[in-house]
Amino acid sequence: MVSGLLATATIPDAITFVIAAVIVIAGALGVVFMKNPVHSALSLIMTLFGIAVLFVEENAQFLAAVQIIVYAGAIVVLFLFVIMLLGVDRNERISVENSSAQRIGAIVLGLAVLVEVLLLGTGQWVTGAHSVTGSLTGHGANVNVIGDSLFSTYLLPFEVTSALLIVAVVAAVVLARRHDGHENVEVEIGGKEAHELAASREAAVGHDADETSAEDEASLR
Amino acid sequence: MSIAASWYLTLAAVVFTIGAIGLLIRRNVLVMVMCVELMLNAANLTFVTFARELNDVGGQIAVFFVLVVAAAEVVVGLGIIVAIFRRKPGATADDAHMLKG
Repeated sequence: MVSGLLATATIPDAITFVIAAVIVIAGALGVVFMKNPVHSALSLIMTLFGIAVLFVEENAQFLAAVQIIVYAGAIVVLFLFVIMLLGVDRNERISVENSSAQRIGAIVLGLAVLVEVLLLGTGQWVTGAHSVTGSLTGHGANVNVIGDSLFSTYLLPFEVTSALLIVAVVAAVVLARRHDGHENVEVEIGGKEAHELAASREAAVGHDADETSAEDEASLR
Repeated sequence: MSIAASWYLTLAAVVFTIGAIGLLIRRNVLVMVMCVELMLNAANLTFVTFARELNDVGGQIAVFFVLVVAAAEVVVGLGIIVAIFRRKPGATADDAHMLKG
């Protein structure tokens, strides 16, 4: 196995790959098997960093930087925000989380996927034409190459992407907005806390919102 | 010379499988979304490997778009999760059957 790895690679390359691969797999296992969702999110960061290292090793420097900035910097932080916001950062017992039949089925299915993808990945796959949409090497750094391609060949998809992001932002605001009056959360969390909540809301809203707070009180009863 | 592409593809397959198994055995919705991220990253690694192997910039562009779609997906998904948790604290994936007739 080691000789197979060293057949085409220099020793520093091989060492970097092995360390990054171990980090990636350990992080991925951590995401699945950690009991606490916060630990899962931190394991996810570990995996993302490992994959960024592999991107650098494959001469995709721009994507490595974007991986760390967007994934580790924004997406995982968003996960952590939601975990803290919902207060689900407590341990849960994975053993009672689902039935053993479901777990066995999942592992069988997963192994089937693994075998299938491995067969595809290590078989005869180099059948594609080279440099159809543009060469990766030749003119300038990785960022230049990607920028040239993105703003010429892929200009329309790029613009559609910006529309997609706007839609996502609007959707997030609409979904996460609190609809007063239609919510029954206050009822569910029970008497005393609900009264404290209503009182704090009344204090926050001020005197000119007596009507709404009265409505809240009514909906609480 | 650099490392042969099949090593990267094997690693990506393993990560994809771990993500798929996690998606199937966990019921915490947040962890399930994280497992989807794992699978997306495995696919990204494959894209970059093929981009290098075929010397084609298209693979890296695809990863760029996957990143954007993943960001949008997480934003909307977490918004939905927050909305569900607000109605039903401590909900798991099995509790989200409000659309069932």
